[in-house]
Amino acid sequence: MTITINHFLILSFLLFAIGFFGVLVRRNFLTVLMSIELMLNAVNINFIAFSRRLSDLTGQVFSVFVITIAAGEAAIGLALTISLFRQRKTLNVEEANTMKG
Amino acid sequence: MKDLLWLVPLFPLAGFLVNGVLYLISHRTRGEAADAHGSQGAPALAAAPAPSVHGENPAHTHAGSSAHDPAGHSPIPLKTAHTVVGTVSVGLSCVFAFLAILDVGIGRLSEGAAHVVTLYRWLPLGVNQAVGQVHGPAGEWFVDAAFRLDSLSALMIAFVTFVGFLIHVYSVGYMGHEEGYGRYFAYLNLFMFSMLLLVLGANFLLLFVGWEGVGLCSYLLIGYFYDRDAAADAGKKAFVVNRIGDFGFILGIFGIFSLFGSLDFGKVFPAAAAHPSAYAPYLTLVCLCLFVGACGKSAQFPLYVWLPDAMAGPTPVSALIHAATMVTAGVYMVARCNVLFRLSPDALLVVAVVGGFTALFAATIGVAQNDIKKVLAYSTVSQLGYMFLACGVGAFVAGMFHVMTHAFFKACLFLGSGSVIHALGGEQDIRKMGGLASKIPVTYRTFLVATLAIAGVPLLAGFFSKDAILAAAFEAHFASAPWLGRVLWAAALFTAGLTAFYMLRLVSLTFWGKFRGGTEQEAQIHESPRSMTVPLIVLAFLSVVGGYVGIPMVRGGDRIGEFLHPILLPLAGAGAHTAAHEAAASTEALLMAASVAAAAIGLALAYVWYAKGEGAVPARIAARFPGVYRAVSNKYYVDEAYDSVFVQGLAKGGGRFLWDFDATVVDGAVNGTRHVTVGLSWLSSFFDQYVVDGLVNGVANTLQAGFRGFRRAQTGRVQNYALVMGGGLFCLVAVYLLFR
Repeated sequence: MTITINHFLILSFLLFAIGFFGVLVRRNFLTVLMSIELMLNAVNINFIAFSRRLSDLTGQVFSVFVITIAAGEAAIGLALTISLFRQRKTLNVEEANTMKG
Repeated sequence: MKDLLWLVPLFPLAGFLVNGVLYLISHRTRGEAADAHGSQGAPALAAAPAPSVHGENPAHTHAGSSAHDPAGHSPIPLKTAHTVVGTVSVGLSCVFAFLAILDVGIGRLSEGAAHVVTLYRWLPLGVNQAVGQVHGPAGEWFVDAAFRLDSLSALMIAFVTFVGFLIHVYSVGYMGHEEGYGRYFAYLNLFMFSMLLLVLGANFLLLFVGWEGVGLCSYLLIGYFYDRDAAADAGKKAFVVNRIGDFGFILGIFGIFSLFGSLDFGKVFPAAAAHPSAYAPYLTLVCLCLFVGACGKSAQFPLYVWLPDAMAGPTPVSALIHAATMVTAGVYMVARCNVLFRLSPDALLVVAVVGGFTALFAATIGVAQNDIKKVLAYSTVSQLGYMFLACGVGAFVAGMFHVMTHAFFKACLFLGSGSVIHALGGEQDIRKMGGLASKIPVTYRTFLVATLAIAGVPLLAGFFSKDAILAAAFEAHFASAPWLGRVLWAAALFTAGLTAFYMLRLVSLTFWGKFRGGTEQEAQIHESPRSMTVPLIVLAFLSVVGGYVGIPMVRGGDRIGEFLHPILLPLAGAGAHTAAHEAAASTEALLMAASVAAAAIGLALAYVWYAKGEGAVPARIAARFPGVYRAVSNKYYVDEAYDSVFVQGLAKGGGRFLWDFDATVVDGAVNGTRHVTVGLSWLSSFFDQYVVDGLVNGVANTLQAGFRGFRRAQTGRVQNYALVMGGGLFCLVAVYLLFR
């Protein structure tokens, strides 16, 4: 069986869905951050798959950008985590509901 | 000498100043030692000098004075000084009055000559612009300080200064024991000055100054014993009642000035006499105003109430001011204005009716009084009524004649009563007297002579003057009421009988029978000193001969009539419709017989009832008609009526009304404003709270309520937002894919 683009797309979709699900249901802020990393990497797989299939490097360039931004995002996310912990002594996102109307 | 007329009032004025200053100085140095007795804390009445040390411990001040002043101002020389200054000033005034009259000449005065001494221009009042008969001639308006000596004022100053002098002499003896001797003489001299100013003043304003001056002195002297409430109240009463009269008088003066443009007697009366028809319509009002003034000063109904109370003053004061001189000022004023009154028959009618009524009214009260001075006081009111009756029927000369004779016998009676009171040590109730005839013979004889004179016993002074009035009343005919003359005559005749009755009742209760007081009191009865008996004798003599200047029915006998005739200026045009007509000789003799009979009946009744019957018959009558007796002895409750109507009703009721007005209307307005303000601010706050705030909150609440659902969307949980975002994205992509 040959590995076609469909396999990559299915893998990418599953990773993204797992990540998205994690973002929606996990209570721990760190886990949420990690779920976001999963979603970003799912997108990277997608980019790389199409770059290979279409023989176009633009997709690879984009994935490098995404990895770079993901690093920045992880840095900011961890800073927020520390700040949240200092304020609330918890990492439960359910309790960070100050914006409740 | 006639140009020195101003000396006549000047002497008493100087006497007043010297006595007053002496009194003040002596009280400054001696403290209030003399007056402190019996006047603890009592405020000095009115203008009475109020030394700064008033009310200090008398012993202390007395000791102080003797220490500071061992030989100087002992009371005796001071008293002598007061006596000399007081009596000599009036004596000199009397001498100069007679000299002035003689200098002008009695004959010339009786021809109408008037001697006017102008001292200076008193009030320049500008220039009269309105030219017209009713407003007086064009020219300058002014009032001079001027004295006028004509037959009327000559008669007045003659008896005022003479009787005044006698009473000053009498006062030396009578007031010798009293405190405040110097004050008394100062006031008495001030009174003489004012009275002479009143009589001699050549215009209404000067007359008014004198008029007010005598009123002031009357007040001061009634309240002389100011530590007694009765005296102080009587003084105030006299002053207040006189104010009512003076208000009318000054309105009359205003009227005269607006009519004639002058207040000078020498201008007003000739102008009125020359143009009767021009002035007559206005004169009734003016004359009635003047008469209100006369009623106040001369104690006529309804303003007589002050005079009986005025007896609270020292007896010589009652004699001088409240019998002989001041109270006749009203009659003098009416006689002075006879031209104006004769032009107004209605005013004359009022004068006659008020006079006649007062005469009868007061005489009936006099019958039932038990205070020797009260009897004489009501007698005075009654006799003053006689004088006004005379003026009212047009017999001004008879009125003035009675003024003069009345001054003699009433002064004699009052001084005699003073002598009685003096002898009894202050007793005034005739029920506690009796049998004094042998103990004080001089007083008794003079009193009896004066009594017979006032009763109208033939050939005594009162007979002639009273008879002249009765005859004039009988002959008077009023156009509006022809029968009125006879009615007034009958009333006056009855009054004459009553007068004789109550006067002899007084004599018999006082002098005849047995003494009804205590034995201790009886032992101390003594005849008065010569300074008191000599004036009594002189006045009694005048009460006998005083009438011979006006003998009726004899050619040349009516000297006073001729003398005073010039004051009755002839009116231009028609003859005076109210002038007294000459009665036929037979009528006059008949009238005379009637008045003698009335007097005889009165005297006889009094003699039989009181001297013989010891008052049994009157007591039976009083018991038979208790209501009448009570009414009369209580003076018909006039004082009570005035008290309830004016004092309680008007004054206190008015005060009550003003209080209520203040409490309800004024306070109501203030409180009302407060209530309105509170109400408005409440309304404003209500508006703010409910309308403005309501609007704001309403908007907020509406929005809050309306958008409650949206609130629920804002859970604050990032994951919810992410879910919705994902859902939304899913939906969008789904829609895109399905409907591409």
